Order: sequence, then structure tokens, then C-alpha cells
Amino acid sequence: MGQIHLEKVRKAFGDVVIIPDLDLKIEDGEFVVFVGPSGCGKSTLLRLIAGLEDVTDGQIVIDGQDATELPPAKRGLAMVFQSYALYPHMSVRKNIAFPLKMAGMDKAEIDKRVDYAAKTLNLDAYIDRRPANLSGGQRQRVAIGRAIVREPKAFLFDEPLSNLDAALRVGMRLEISELHQRLKTTMIYVTHDQVEAMTMADKIVVLRAGNIEQVGSPLELYSHPRNTFVAGFIGSPKMNLLGGAEAEKYQAETIGIRPEHVRLSTTEGSWKGTVKVSEHLGSDTFLHVESPVHDEPLTVRADGEFPVHAGDVVYLTPEEDKIHRFDGEGLAMKTNSRAVA
Amino acid sequence: MARKVTTGRKIGTTIFAWFVGLVIFFPILWTFLTSFKTELQAISIPPVFVGFDWTLENYRTIQTQSNYFHFMANSIYLSLGSTALGLIFAIPAAWAMAFSPTRRTKDVLLWMLSTKMLPAVGVLIPIYLLFVRFGLLDSRLGLIVVLFLINLPILVWMLYTYFKEIPGEILEAARMDGASLSKEITQVLAPMAVPGIASTVLLNVILSWNEAFWTLNLTTSNAAPLTAFIASFSSPQGNFYAKLSAASMLAIAPILIVGWFSQKQLVRGLTFGAVK
Amino acid sequence: MATLHTKNAARAMMAPAVIVLLIWMIVPLAMTLYFSTLNYTLYNPFSTPFVGFENYSYFLTDPTFLAALANTLILVIGVLAITVIGGVLIALLLDQEFYGVNIVRLMVIAPFFVMPTVAALVWKNMMMNPVYGVIGQMLSAIGLTPIDWMTEVPLLSIVIIVAWQWLPFATLILLTALQSLSSDQKEAAEMDGAGALSIFWYITLPHMSRAITVVILIQTIFLLSIYAEILVTTQGGPGAQSTNITYLVAQQATSYGDIGAASAGGIVAVILANIVAIFLVRLIGKNLDA
Repeated sequence: MGQIHLEKVRKAFGDVVIIPDLDLKIEDGEFVVFVGPSGCGKSTLLRLIAGLEDVTDGQIVIDGQDATELPPAKRGLAMVFQSYALYPHMSVRKNIAFPLKMAGMDKAEIDKRVDYAAKTLNLDAYIDRRPANLSGGQRQRVAIGRAIVREPKAFLFDEPLSNLDAALRVGMRLEISELHQRLKTTMIYVTHDQVEAMTMADKIVVLRAGNIEQVGSPLELYSHPRNTFVAGFIGSPKMNLLGGAEAEKYQAETIGIRPEHVRLSTTEGSWKGTVKVSEHLGSDTFLHVESPVHDEPLTVRADGEFPVHAGDVVYLTPEEDKIHRFDGEGLAMKTNSRAVA
Repeated sequence: MARKVTTGRKIGTTIFAWFVGLVIFFPILWTFLTSFKTELQAISIPPVFVGFDWTLENYRTIQTQSNYFHFMANSIYLSLGSTALGLIFAIPAAWAMAFSPTRRTKDVLLWMLSTKMLPAVGVLIPIYLLFVRFGLLDSRLGLIVVLFLINLPILVWMLYTYFKEIPGEILEAARMDGASLSKEITQVLAPMAVPGIASTVLLNVILSWNEAFWTLNLTTSNAAPLTAFIASFSSPQGNFYAKLSAASMLAIAPILIVGWFSQKQLVRGLTFGAVK
Repeated sequence: MATLHTKNAARAMMAPAVIVLLIWMIVPLAMTLYFSTLNYTLYNPFSTPFVGFENYSYFLTDPTFLAALANTLILVIGVLAITVIGGVLIALLLDQEFYGVNIVRLMVIAPFFVMPTVAALVWKNMMMNPVYGVIGQMLSAIGLTPIDWMTEVPLLSIVIIVAWQWLPFATLILLTALQSLSSDQKEAAEMDGAGALSIFWYITLPHMSRAITVVILIQTIFLLSIYAEILVTTQGGPGAQSTNITYLVAQQATSYGDIGAASAGGIVAVILANIVAIFLVRLIGKNLDA
């Protein structure tokens, strides 16, 4: 079991409110990702759940029990820290065994669990090394190993991949997803990287300044962002947001169109523009196009190779049914409507 | 520098650097050599470097005639005693400042540092009179307390900078892993703090061993350490260079060896963590 | 968890150290201040009438005091000049590649671990003695007249001895600072066309400036209280030629038994040291935030 409910949780340091009243339900077995720009309160929220920070107000309920006043160790949660927080004076084996030893488990059982964890995480070869003699990826695995041996109700991850290089990050992302598939334990994962959020989450919680902007599955967030913030934050490259005359055609304050939802042509289309920068990846082509319809360059993506270069003239046509409309407060307006011709 | 230095240049630098090193080291080297000479050879003109009859006579004389071991024992008592006392006070203080800092922590630290800057002569007279009054003059206990007090700020500072480097996330990890406060301290914190404590001890022993204001002013014979013993050679007496050298070597050798091993920590301790 | 409980525990852990230091600082200082207003000598310790600022005016107008003040300044500035300039140069040297760098490093650092009385006596007798000292013999060998260091140039002799003791400290700290300079910066400067001298002047020296400041301030604190080196070599003489404030104050108390005047001198020394201390505390306090 690993059901976590936050009820009117509030956190303030002195007069500074980090998290105003916040409600959130995390169901058993879910992979939930907290995502948002730095300083949005996502790490604080995780630490409140862990019990490493005291809540100012509100309740944290774990599996139906009020855990607000429980010390971290009593909540049955395991955490993987950004810096991994491995004990430098202990071998890999002792690091992984530490929580079990603290729980007073007998030695045979500890050895069995540690060996099993080490095997699943491919750590057997390094089991007697100290953390200082491990690579970043290996340290990360030890930190995960230390978390899984406890068989916790839920795993908490605090930006666990941010200290790894790009290639390792993709690999570890897969490993963590596989781990979730296998264990089916609740996981709460904090990141500022929306790609991690999109690829791993069952449910994404987008945070800004301590407020929840939207909660939903990755595809819900992608196709129905609730406001311009979520629209701009989820998806890569970023959604183009246009105001002014073009938006007015759709009776909106702002319209948004994702780069992959714009048709490209060298001969005809709705918007004429000049290529400023072209990025040819082979599988895709990204163009940054200057156009009179918007004061910033528009980003456009084409499948495969699209043979234009800086200075060339291109025509862009947004796919009408993929246009997002937002009102004066930046909130999404219901159903996409066609332009008034 | 990843580039290769030409061998010619390297040899040139080597010769020059060794020359500079030897010039600076020369007084110690000369003392070392002289300690094995006879008094006559010690003042021979021109001086002899190594071509003399090496003898251990001076070391024997120092030990038999001058009660050397008494002073040596005092030096050991004073430096270890003041260090032990210092740790008892400094560890909890540094611990609290590093792990539960408050808004006033910084001020307390700086204030402690400022006590270190109080010149000894500013308090010499009352301390001297108090020592006379309470019969502490020329007592080991009295000196241990004074040495403890003058070095306490350095102890607190050094330990503070070491404790500060223990990452908070590790303590949180231990807490998440279910460690109680006592387990957190004995199994996680203490092993990580030991190297810092060890270097602090080394520095404090060096400083106490070489302290020569209070030890000279507050002792006569009973509690006098090696600093005072060596000072007794300043009164002119006939041929004594070789014996002075032997006594000096005995006095500085232990600390020279300890010091060579703790160069890095020395920088840190003496600059209050300002240069690492 | 910054709960009230841990805050109280933290306070209790800090209290003993704070309290003993507070007592150590306040009680004797208050007594010194009090004594400095009395006509108090060890020859007549039972009659100690209040005399106000008389001790101060006696002490401050004493020509020996002015000489001691000047000597203190010369001692501090002379040693600082030698150790900082020498320290920078030796640090640069030790930063080079050469055979036996570790051994040379040990030799350079060694003087710092020599106790003050040993350093002073070894220099006085075996280096600077006009007849038997190594320096004298070297001068004689090349046909010059050796000088009697302790009587002809007593203050310079003490400056040399103390500089020898503190040169390793400066070197060690400046070398540490030097080695923390990333080679990237030097390489970038080199790509920008800077020569070795320009790199030293525009990159290396500014990088070391903070360490140099720390060396100057910390050494000043210690140099203001030089005592043992003077006691075992010149005993402040001839006359007062090598007497510094610390030595003068100690002498007032131990040789002349004038507690009142010595206390006034002690307070003057405290004020002088505080001027330096204010700068040092500020500098280190700033560093604490970073």
C-alpha cells in the first residue's frame, strides 16, 4: 500500500509562504512526477511528505493514517537524494544494509535482501567498494538499492538524475521506469526536466510558486494544457504563443500552436516567413522562422529532412484543430474553434 | 599544466629550488649536525660540515645532567592536557553551530575569534596575580587551563569548518533510514568527523607545544616545559653550542615530525578556514 | 527539523565554550583596566591609591614607550614585508615542476614548527655570533669584518629571526591559494596573448590577493605579541633598541613590579591589537557568508 493524501498542506518560513494551501491525492502504485521551474516549491513539497520539514498547517495522510507528526523513519518511505547522500565511510554493502540494520533485522535476512538488491541493480562487482571509488551512475544505483531493500510504502526521488551526464541520464530513466513496472510501488519523483516528467510519469503535477497549476497524465497535459504556463512548460520544443491580430481571429487573447502542428511549405501557406536558423537532425528538421505575425521567431518542426537554410522563404500553416486558445487570464478556453474567416 | 616542461629547464629549477630550500632549512640542519659534534668542534674555525667524529655525548649529557625528561614530560602534559580539555568544550559547541545554526551563530563565531586577538599582555598581570593568589603559579594545572583558553577559539573554528562540510543530506538520509539520534551520531556522523577532529588535535598540540609567552611567564621549574628549558640556555656559559643543539633537536623533533604530516590542516586552522 | 527542542539543545551545547571564553576575556581585562588606574607596585601591594589616568600619562610620555611603539611597528612591518614578498616568490617556485618538490617543501615549511626559544637561540649563537656564527665565519672567509648582530643591529636581528619563523606560514598559505587557481584561467589568458609576467600580474596576483590579506592580518596579530625571541636574545637592549610593547609591559611588571603602569601599557596594547582585529574579523565574517 502506498496512498498519500495531502490536505490543505501549507508551508511558510517566517512570513514567506512557500506553499499555500495545497490538496493532492496520490494513489497506491502511481508514478507521480512533481515538475516546475526551480524555486517552485517542488522539493519542499517532497521534503514535507518525507517528514524532513515540518508542515506549517494541514495534514499528510499516508494509507489512511495521519502522518503529519510522525518522524521521517516512521513513515515507511524511502528517499533517493540529489547528491545520493551515500555514507562515505561505508562500503556499498553496508550502505545498502544500513536501513535494515537500523530496523533491527537479523543478519541472514539483511544479507539476503542486500544480495538480491545488488544483483538486480548490477552492483555485485562493486559490493565492497566505498562510494568514493564509484562512478556517478553506480552511486545512483547504490542510493536506489538503499531505498528498495526497505520495501517502503513509497519511493521519493529528489532530482535524482541531475548530477549525471546526458547519456547516463537516459539509461537511468529507463531503469527507474522498469523498477516501477516491477515493484508497482508508489513513486514520487521531483524534477525540473519536463522530458523526464513526460517519459516516466503516470501523473504529472505541474507546480509554480507553490501552487498546483495542473494535474494530469502526460498526454492530457500535452493536449489540454489548462493555462499558458503549462502550455509553455510541457512539450519540447516549446509551444509558440502568439497574441495580437492572429489571436483575435480566434476570439482569444493568446493562441498556442506546437512546433509539430505547423505544416511547412516553400510555396504557399497562411504565414510567410524567413528562416533564421535551421537545425537538421536527419530524423527531424527544426526551423526558427521570423514572421510578421509574431515579434519572436516561431519554432517549427518537420518530420525527416526539409531542405531549407537560413535566409530561405517558407510558408507556415497551423493545423486548425491543434490550435490552443487562452483568455485574458491565460486560462484555456473550451474547445478549439475555427478562425472567423 | 598539461604541457611538457623541458628537461633542461626542469634541472635548472631543481637546482635553484633546492638551493632556496637548503638556505631556509640551514639553521635546523646546522643544529642537527652540531648536536653530534664535540664542543670544540662545534666552534672550530673554519666550521666542519660532516667530517667530524660523530658522537652522541651531548644527548647523553643533556639527559643525565639537566633533568631533560622532566621538561619533556611537562611539554607532553601541557599540550595533551590542554587539547583534551579543549575538545570537551569545543566539539559540542562546533557541533551545534554547524548542524543547528541560528541567526546568531555567525556572531558567536566571530566573537570567539576576537578573543584570540586579545594580546596576552593585556591580561598577563591579573592572571599572574590570580595565579599567585590561588597557588597556581608554576603548576601544570594552571598552565593547562591557560593554554586551553587561548586555543579554544581555534579549536571551535577548525571543528566548525570540518563539521560544516558534512553534507546535510547524509544526515537526512540517516533519518529516513530510521537511525535514532544516538545511532545517527555514532554510526554516521562520528566516522565522518574523525579525520577533522584528528587534524584539529594535531594543530592544537603543535600550538601548545610551541607556546612561549605564558609558559615563560607563569613557570619557574616545576611546571616548566621545553620552551622554558631551552630559554635557560640563553644565559652565557662557556662552551655549550653542541649541548644547546642537542637540547634543541630533542625539543623540536617531535613537533617537526607531527607538523610535516599536518601541513594542509595547518593552513586551514591558522586562517580560520579563510584559506583551504 | 528546526524544532524548538533542537534549538535549546544547541544552545546548551554551545554554552560551556561561550561562558569560559567570556570569563577569560572579561574578568582579566576588567582587572587590568582597574589596576591601570591605581598606583600599584609589588613593593607596596597593600597601599594602592586611585590615581586616575596618571599611569597612562606616565606610560605614554615615557620615551621608552615611544621607542617601543616604533620598534613594534618596525618589527611588524619588516617581518610582513619579508614574509609576504618572500612567500609569494617561494610559493611560485614550489608550484613549478622539479625533482624532489616534496622534500624542498618540507625543508621550507620546517622553521614554522621550531619553538620560538629554540629559533632565537640557534640564530643568536650559531648563526649570528660574530666569532663562531656561520654568518660571521662566511663574512670573514671573504675578507669582510663580521658584525656583532645582537649589539650593532639588535632590531634587525630580531626581524630576521622572526621572519625566518613566519616565512613558512606565508609560503604555505600562498601556495595553497596558488594551487586553487584553475589552469583554465591561465590558459585563457595565454590564448589572449598574455606573457608570463602579465599572467602573474593580472591573473595570479589578484587571485592570491585575499590569501595575502589573510596572511598580513593573522601575522600582525601574532607579531604584535613577539616576546620569547626578544627575551632570550637581546632582552630588549641595548638600551631599549629592541624592546617592543609586549616586552616593555611584561618588563614593567616582572622587573620593576609596577603593576599600575604595566596595566596601562597592557590596555594600550589591547587597543592597538583591536585596530587590526576589526579588519580581520570583518574579512573573515564576509568569507563566512560566501
